[in-house]
Amino acid sequence: MMLMRTALAAAFALALTASAHAASKIEPIVSPGGIKAWLVREPSVPMIAMDFSFAGGANADPADKLGVGNMVSSLLDEGAGELSARAFQERLEERAIQLTFASGRDQFRGSLLTLGDNLDEAATLLRLALTAPRFDEEPVERIRAQVLAALRRATTSPTDIANERWWATAFPDHPYGRSNNGTLESVPQIRVEDLKAYVGRVFARGSLTIAIVGDIDADRAGRLIDRVFGGLPAKASLPVVPDAVMHGLGTRVTVELDVPQTVIDFGGPGLARHDPDFFTAYVVNHILGAGTHTSRLYREVREVRGLAYSMRTNLIWLDHAAVLTGGTATRSDRAKETLAVIEDVIKRLAEDGPTQDELDKAKSYLKGAYAIAFDTSSKIAGQLVQIQLDDLGIDYPERRGAMIDAVTLVDAKRVAKSLLDKGLLVTVVGRTQGLNKTN
Amino acid sequence: MRAAPAATAVSHFTLDNGLEVVVIPDQRTPVVTHMLWYKVGSADETPGKSGIAHFLEHLMFKGTAKNPAGRFSQTVATIGGQENAFTSTDYTGYFQRTSHEYLKTLMEFEADRMTGLVLTDANVIPERSVILEERNMRVDNDPGARLGEQVTAALYLNHPYHHPTLGWRHEMETLNREDALAFYGRFYAPNNAVLVVAGDVTADEVKTLAEETYGKVERRGVFGPRVRPQEPEPIAPRQVTFADPRVTQPNLQRSYLAPSYTRAKRGEAEALDVLAHVLGATSNSRLYRALVVDKKLATSAGAWYSGTALDMSRFGVYATAAPGVPLVKLEAALDEVIAAFLDQDPTGEEVERAKSRMIADYIYAQDNQGTLARLYGAALTTGQTVEDVIERPARLRAVTAEAVREVAKQYLDKRRSVTGYLVKDIKDVAAREEKRAL
Repeated sequence: MMLMRTALAAAFALALTASAHAASKIEPIVSPGGIKAWLVREPSVPMIAMDFSFAGGANADPADKLGVGNMVSSLLDEGAGELSARAFQERLEERAIQLTFASGRDQFRGSLLTLGDNLDEAATLLRLALTAPRFDEEPVERIRAQVLAALRRATTSPTDIANERWWATAFPDHPYGRSNNGTLESVPQIRVEDLKAYVGRVFARGSLTIAIVGDIDADRAGRLIDRVFGGLPAKASLPVVPDAVMHGLGTRVTVELDVPQTVIDFGGPGLARHDPDFFTAYVVNHILGAGTHTSRLYREVREVRGLAYSMRTNLIWLDHAAVLTGGTATRSDRAKETLAVIEDVIKRLAEDGPTQDELDKAKSYLKGAYAIAFDTSSKIAGQLVQIQLDDLGIDYPERRGAMIDAVTLVDAKRVAKSLLDKGLLVTVVGRTQGLNKTN
Repeated sequence: MRAAPAATAVSHFTLDNGLEVVVIPDQRTPVVTHMLWYKVGSADETPGKSGIAHFLEHLMFKGTAKNPAGRFSQTVATIGGQENAFTSTDYTGYFQRTSHEYLKTLMEFEADRMTGLVLTDANVIPERSVILEERNMRVDNDPGARLGEQVTAALYLNHPYHHPTLGWRHEMETLNREDALAFYGRFYAPNNAVLVVAGDVTADEVKTLAEETYGKVERRGVFGPRVRPQEPEPIAPRQVTFADPRVTQPNLQRSYLAPSYTRAKRGEAEALDVLAHVLGATSNSRLYRALVVDKKLATSAGAWYSGTALDMSRFGVYATAAPGVPLVKLEAALDEVIAAFLDQDPTGEEVERAKSRMIADYIYAQDNQGTLARLYGAALTTGQTVEDVIERPARLRAVTAEAVREVAKQYLDKRRSVTGYLVKDIKDVAAREEKRAL
């Protein structure tokens, strides 16, 4: 086993970042069939990465069939068209083609990685997966058993419980409060018709976002796009999801579990991606807890007191809500102290704001990190999809530096106050004696 | 399939003070990955001091006489760089990734902390709490990880791979400043390290910069062959069972003692890699098909081979029981799959699919300079050479079905193994074993 000094940051925490270098070469393309995409030509390695997204994700799960999208994501490569699950997997493996699918909260995402020589075969298999998935009984029951096993495991995992309780309390009557993977009650209810209906509702050209990176020109990319997505219906049929207001501020939810380490999740409202103060909040979050070895929480919780190994915060923006969340794990007999330190750090940042020095360093980091954080074709493709979903414009990578530069200390103090002064929703899982109070 | 392009352009040289240097050109981005690897890991620890290699890795961020605590990390952060560090049984590494014009700055900092580390109780004691929380998070809160430690400890009867890289808790609690400095003084030297630089740089540039920075650090001591106590020939299958009320789905894992790339006869390790793939890397593998798809005894099943190690390494198989399936029954079915495999060569298609996938992975790796740097760093700190890494795809290509069955026969021998059961209640296993005996 290899141990890393600090836990790797969650992918979405860095979702703003893409390689500025690669991004400077982004080409908007339209396929002969009229489907739009962004392309980055990178001929030095003989491979192609494509990322795509359909609006929907877990939001498109029927309320009584939670987890449908998640099951679909595991079953698309388990048989399609004339190919059984086994034959489909063999075809992928013979050409070392990597297909992955995931059902997020707001989107159903997919990605393809292939060597250039195998692009035609890759396109054929991906088209089949999206347009003619079979959902044969054997793979459906097998994947259902795996999903249920994971859900059962989550019932005794402190990190899963803390996370689930946090979202359920924050968004009690909204899809964001439900599990993306479904529940032990809902997953056994899912039928093949539900899976097929999900595919029919969600996979459509009109709600599709694509980015391609690799050894491929615009003509070939256009043909690839039509081949894969051309057979999909024009329009999706998605439920209307209302904007959500976060609940539970000032609440502490405790769950007793006999484990040596107590897991603490906390958070409050964040800022929408298009809020004029978004970048200021992004910088404030970096200073508070996202800066891996430099944030205030890292310093006070880990470095000075040795209370935890992992300690970080994330600014999360969804289509219908935005939150600032954080998490740590600490020895049970010091959980109360850890929580007090976290609350104090947040309070001080809210009241006094960051210093000029902190602000300068954070801005410098966030600008420099943009060029280097996303270094592989797959990561760049993923980021280009995100920039499109966030509707930031194809020139966003060039504008981003100036947007960070524009953040002033006055702004930072104002936003720190409004962002961090509303109280927290906290979930605590472990041996919770002394923590069972609502503050 | 085209050959891996960048691998052929890799340069390798040694400075006068003994520091080995590997340069991997990658002109696609103006980014550089700078990694310093020391040829020391948890298997080099003194008995009673388990965890000190990893603890020292954490303490290397506490500053030097020249660069007080935080300056290196803050400098990397201010230029938008990434940094981290890692420890394994055989090596310890430190890396940064920044825009390439900062390479010399990184080298100056890293060369400085090769000899200049300053530790005080004020920064050592809280960091010891951090590694104990790291242990809590990675192991003590996770029943599967706790079983994994027990399996490893039972597999290695004599070799120091038996203790966890994190350390045993009771020993971690006693580690102190003096232990860390003693370990540092003994193992951290230019002539016991490998520098790997990947990015938009030439070998000449790296050589000049390395001589101006690392080149000023004096060679220290003599580092001979890394000789650790070796395993006796294994003769008895071992079984360990760990019960935890938090287990929702019983599972089993088995590790066999198997040679690493460094310890294997030519071609054996490549065959073990193919074997792991055919037996258990995908949903078309033998174990998955038999246990999960056909017999429905398991919800997951697979195999792995850990080939990057200085000494005798491991081949593993695992399966998670479907609801209501006793582990003894699952284990019997798993043994049947392995027995059938030993009876007959795998098919040509199985072997070809496995090889295609593994060779493609080497091409995909060209897309990620960090992955390439790790590949070379890990090889050179576990007794392999640059040529070994470059030739690996060709050697994988040469593996035959016969060779795969041959290594399976030789190494998937239960006497070489430890099987671990993870259960909710210890009585579950006992009751079922009794039933079977009747």
